[in-house]
Amino acid sequence: MSTPVLDVRGLAYAYPDGHQALYGVDLHVHRGERVALLGPNGAGKTTLVLHLNGVLTAGAGSVTVGGLPVEKRHLAEVRRRVGIVFQDPDDQLFMGSVRDDVAFGPANLGLRGAELDARVRRALDQVGMTEHLDRPPHHLSFGQRRRVAVATVLAMEPDVLVLDEPSSNLDPASRRELADILRALDVTVLMVTHDLPYALELCPRSVVLAEGQVVADGATYDVLTDDALMRAHRLELPFGFDPRTVDPALLPTARAAQPVVDSDSLPR
Amino acid sequence: MGGAHGHRLHFHGHSPVHRAPAHLKVVALVVYMLGVVALPLSWWPALVAAALLLAGVVASSRVPPTYLLKRMVVETPVVVSAVLLPLVAHGPRTELLGVEVSESGLHAGAKLLVSATLGVLASLTLAATTEAQDLLRGLTRLRVPSLLVQIMGFMVRYLEVVTDDLRRMKVARESRGFSARDPRQWPVLARSAGALFIRSFERGERVHLAMLSRGYTGTLPPGRAE
Repeated sequence: MSTPVLDVRGLAYAYPDGHQALYGVDLHVHRGERVALLGPNGAGKTTLVLHLNGVLTAGAGSVTVGGLPVEKRHLAEVRRRVGIVFQDPDDQLFMGSVRDDVAFGPANLGLRGAELDARVRRALDQVGMTEHLDRPPHHLSFGQRRRVAVATVLAMEPDVLVLDEPSSNLDPASRRELADILRALDVTVLMVTHDLPYALELCPRSVVLAEGQVVADGATYDVLTDDALMRAHRLELPFGFDPRTVDPALLPTARAAQPVVDSDSLPR
Repeated sequence: MGGAHGHRLHFHGHSPVHRAPAHLKVVALVVYMLGVVALPLSWWPALVAAALLLAGVVASSRVPPTYLLKRMVVETPVVVSAVLLPLVAHGPRTELLGVEVSESGLHAGAKLLVSATLGVLASLTLAATTEAQDLLRGLTRLRVPSLLVQIMGFMVRYLEVVTDDLRRMKVARESRGFSARDPRQWPVLARSAGALFIRSFERGERVHLAMLSRGYTGTLPPGRAE
């Protein structure tokens, strides 16, 4: 197997106040995968995400991004490779115009002039927001702001896009538009979500985090139809939604060769 | 949410005053205000000329004068003190409209009123004809320290987010039957203000996190790609 884009081994973390959030998490994500990270509130999903780009530092275990360990001296490169889209676009969009905001990341990487401009336009084009280039973010609709937030990260050309609750607070049409955008992107995706139909629609694979540990890792369809597992970890399908009634032809398929079991347990 | 264009003081237009570079407008405003403040009342022809100059700029900006006049309420505290000044100041007395007032106070009050009115009107004209972003870029070109410009930029960006928070809290309070009509209810308002401060502080931390995640190391990259 190739080097995983994200390679988390035995990650444990306790907050300074003593509250332990993660108890030995193992997670491997390979190039081209789209993985949903599921789990009830307080399971440690956000804590895990903040380790992926080195905002939090592992108490024990390790995080490696495309072969590069997440350490202080690699932070700049790690943050380019791992693009996090936060839940509230008002936190993510802090500059005065869409253009300046999307340019913020690549400019921090040292891009200037025409190259920077091209990068900004490409990222906005990917989310269909090019025409709003010069508008201030607070004059956009919530759905548009979420899309611009995705563009701010795409502009850094990350190896993996990490989305925190991408469908939260979106109206159904914006939710569907974002799904279309994410499907069209040629980038590895890790998506933290409570929106289980969204996970089934977009992610061939799901990982369930509960009480700081990975308790399931497999095909999203198998996870969502495992009633005992779902009940045990406070995961519930919304009223009227049953994965078994979804046309299998509509389910996403893995784009890259993807092992059913962990690559590390295979004989080499 | 605000209107389709600019900030609340901005009046959308394409006049020569709108198109003039922001840094020139800022310099012109500062020079104009210093001039008005420095002119003594006895040089009243110069003050009249300054007023006419400003009126000319307002006319060529095609911003309706009523639009500016309505926003001149910010001057009210200054007007109040200008009116009080002749009544409370000492020195030789004179009579005005049947009221005995201080002569030096009368002069000082009139001077204050004239320079404040011209200054406020000139500032409102700048605000009405300049987008916040252009103003910030103008300040950068004038070599205002980048940290100050950054702080102003964040203020512009989050002003609406915070006022929105404030409005939602007000609606939530009133939905539960609260009205702040008498001082006994002020503690509730104080607690709301505290909650708003904490919310804004936490948002600041989240914004900082989002900035770090996109490679922020302490300095904003230079302006836009041009």
